[in-house]
Amino acid sequence: MTVAADVLEIDDALAQYDPVMGLEVHVELNTKSKMFCGCPTEFGAPPNTQTCPVCLGLPGALPVVNARGVESAIKIGLALNCEIAEWCRFARKNYFYPDMPKNFQTSQYDEPIAFNGWTEVVVDGETYRIEIERAHMEEDTGKSTHIGGATGRIHGASHSLVDYNRAGIPLIEIVTKTIEVPPAKAAAVARAYVSMLRDLLLSLDVSDVRMDQGSLRCDANVSLKPKGSSTLGTRTETKNVNSFRSVERAITYEITRQAAVLSSGGKVLQETRHWHEDTGVTTSGREKSDADDYRYFPEPDLVPVAPSREWVEELRATLPEAPSVRRARLQESWGFTDLEMRDVINGNALEPIVATVELGVPAAAAKKWWLGELARFANEQGLELDALSVGPTEVAEVQKLVDDGTLNDKLARQVFEGLLAGEGTPAEVIEKRGLALVSDDGPLLEAIDRAIAANPDVVEKVNSGKPAAAGALIGAVMKDMRGQADAAKVRQLLNDKLGI
Amino acid sequence: MSDLTRKTAAELAELMTSKQASSVEITQAHLDRIAAVDGDVHAFLHVDTEGALAQAKAVDTKRAAGEQLAPLAGVPLALKDVLTQEGVPTTAGSKILEGWKPPYDSTVVKRLKAAGIVILGKTNMDEFAMGSSTENSAYGTTHNPWDLGRIPGGSGGGSSAAISAYEAPLAIGTDTGGSIRQPGAFTGTVGVKPTYGGTSRYGLIALASSLDTPGPCARTTLDAALLHEAIAGYDPMDSTSINQPVPAVVEAARNGDVAGLRIGVVKELGGEGYQPGVEARFHEAVELLTKLGAEVVEVSCPHFEYALPAYYLILPSEASSNLAKFDAMRYGLRVGDNGENSAEKVTSLTREAGFGAEVKRRIILGTHALSSGYYDAYYGQAQKVRTLIARDFAKAYEQVDVLVSPATPTTAFAIGDRIDDPIAMYKNDLCTIPSNLAGNAAASFPCGLADEDGLPVGFHVMAPVMRDDLCYQVGAALESALAEQWGGVLMTKAPELEVTR
Repeated sequence: MTVAADVLEIDDALAQYDPVMGLEVHVELNTKSKMFCGCPTEFGAPPNTQTCPVCLGLPGALPVVNARGVESAIKIGLALNCEIAEWCRFARKNYFYPDMPKNFQTSQYDEPIAFNGWTEVVVDGETYRIEIERAHMEEDTGKSTHIGGATGRIHGASHSLVDYNRAGIPLIEIVTKTIEVPPAKAAAVARAYVSMLRDLLLSLDVSDVRMDQGSLRCDANVSLKPKGSSTLGTRTETKNVNSFRSVERAITYEITRQAAVLSSGGKVLQETRHWHEDTGVTTSGREKSDADDYRYFPEPDLVPVAPSREWVEELRATLPEAPSVRRARLQESWGFTDLEMRDVINGNALEPIVATVELGVPAAAAKKWWLGELARFANEQGLELDALSVGPTEVAEVQKLVDDGTLNDKLARQVFEGLLAGEGTPAEVIEKRGLALVSDDGPLLEAIDRAIAANPDVVEKVNSGKPAAAGALIGAVMKDMRGQADAAKVRQLLNDKLGI
Repeated sequence: MSDLTRKTAAELAELMTSKQASSVEITQAHLDRIAAVDGDVHAFLHVDTEGALAQAKAVDTKRAAGEQLAPLAGVPLALKDVLTQEGVPTTAGSKILEGWKPPYDSTVVKRLKAAGIVILGKTNMDEFAMGSSTENSAYGTTHNPWDLGRIPGGSGGGSSAAISAYEAPLAIGTDTGGSIRQPGAFTGTVGVKPTYGGTSRYGLIALASSLDTPGPCARTTLDAALLHEAIAGYDPMDSTSINQPVPAVVEAARNGDVAGLRIGVVKELGGEGYQPGVEARFHEAVELLTKLGAEVVEVSCPHFEYALPAYYLILPSEASSNLAKFDAMRYGLRVGDNGENSAEKVTSLTREAGFGAEVKRRIILGTHALSSGYYDAYYGQAQKVRTLIARDFAKAYEQVDVLVSPATPTTAFAIGDRIDDPIAMYKNDLCTIPSNLAGNAAASFPCGLADEDGLPVGFHVMAPVMRDDLCYQVGAALESALAEQWGGVLMTKAPELEVTR
């Protein structure tokens, strides 16, 4: 096990080296059946109950392409601004492993269905462009469970169990080109990219995107080059990175680990590394070399995939709006400045504001609550906005009470406080805390009389032709009412009284 | 009743339709014949006596109940051991699959069963269909019923020997480079390689996926066509299956009119290396077709010369990948599983023990040909040759309707003769391989006996993709013209097997 002394501080690492990074993301599609046979794809079925001669790779069995899988691949490609191949083939990737039924994986090699794309992510208000090398179709392997070893890995295990339910589940592998961002942002951009992919895939409805169930898996390729050098370093491929947070942590860890190795005169080994969520380190896996030879060749059991341009355009028309286009549209319709929009995005408040505005709340008001009272509370609690007990519905209810004069902003903030503390509905909080504005003229007029009586000097000023002096009286009335009065109404009543 | 085993499939079907014989009687007659002669011939690896009789009985019951039955219902058949049949041992001629009983039927078997065709058992073959003599079978060589000292051809020697030994009227073979046609030629029987994609490969244990084609073996052209029709046609389980109607093969086999048909003799498939008796019978057959009104011209297919080397890159490449699944993990042989050895070691020991020499040779060849740095020079070049050969065919078919050649350069050779010389063995398939590379239809029909050894010679017809009917048309014309000369099909000239004399 690697110990902490084997890594540099991240600032020290980045002072000496620039990270070079690429990400490979595997997405399990949510098709009803597997990529090359009719077996169901449900997660969590008893082992080896969702298999047939095809996905077990029995002698004589043949694959047939799942058209729905191709459709999803094209949608993903289009959403990532890729070109879609007019004609492409599957290829066999040949290697031996007990959980691979055929001892080759049906994948794509030099003819991916989608290629040459790009996407954008936003980190700390800055937009970063990420180039997409390719997105290709392939099948998942079976799942091995190694029994008897201490680590759950194959080394030291007495035997292994293989579940072929997963074998043949459609996968899309999305490969970035080298991600070129300021070194200090690398890990955060990687995290934002995976998080963005998740949102994108959900909006396309092509995957469940459950990282905990392995339906989105990220492999991070990281190498370091000395500052100012153009020579690429040796890269490692870190696997098993199964949460957004892990993506950032694992990359940061690899940067600090490789920096420690290099700065002490060592060599980074080209290898697969495993990320350990619990200990926050990567450990060495299989050594990998450029000589790995998968003997790819076009899959002779399958005919080429040639999506017609008409079909591609039909699918393009079904795509949800691209996130960057959507942001621009929302900004314009809300009338926010660039700076305001950046705050919204940085504050992860975009979706809550959209939902709140949809309920009839003016954008400015929605922003005020989500970035104000609610963001402050979320920060204190270490929660994301969408994890709060107050949602768009509650915000809209409170805003309605402000609009109809029941609450003012100050009182509304107290209502949110009560809501977040679990004191019930807005009406209940108002009731319990006695927060409603006093709208009866009687108590207000009484307070006005008290204010006039207590401030004869002010009254005199007003009567001598200085109506602006009345502000002091309004303040006195509001104070008297402990804030639970509508200031505009107080002004009107006061004016009537003084005959202004 | 005259010997039921001497009847053609069409005659047996007629006997059953007219209630002169039952399927059980016919099946039993063939099972008896197998029991009598297969000790000498060794065409079968597994005889499914119980299953066959049960199938026969079921057909008889249906017939008695007046059910509408398919044309070949109740006729027995021998199945090459490379096609899966649920619950029946399937080895592909290899030790590595010893004891494996597939849990599913291949599409060909499904269709045979649906047609009421009775499956007698599984026939011998070169291991994983790699060979031209059955000498590469892990279970012993099949003997040619015309001369037990000779090979019956391969890889489907078992299927062709079974029908020429009257152990079955029909058989299924698979043709990757000539494995139906060459044994057909060597045993004086009809062997047809349908258009690639015309018959389903689902359940065919793959040798070379882009070449393998199941097809019919029979003693007459009509029987082959009837069987062809029963098994052919689109199969959604095979992506490479062609979604078009089956060519009218039975009609073509019944008509057999070649008047006005343009026939091209392939210049490159003849001359040096061809046995004189083979050439003589071939040219006589061409003359016969001319007399029947065919227009015969010579056609050049210049790239056929490169077919053999291209084939021996493509086939091993695909085979090396197809055979990777035999790793001792899930089925078949497992060697060295002693609780100490790793999974890799067990796989390695099993493959060492379970694969024969030719299989290992081709796995190594193919693995090398696909290796990075060699791919372009080998596999890539071979694919280009394949394109050129397809173009040769396309160009020839602009001039003629069918192409013809001898099916093989020689007649059946003696057991042991070429087993140590792979190149000599590979040359058996010189004439048949181009059609596999191009995927077109081709067939071998008996056209007489070579003077020097008295052994059968095959006449090879190659037709465009999905024009399998043209092969039958030529075969039927030739068959009826020769039958007039011989007083029956060529098989009637075959010597009686010694055990039955």
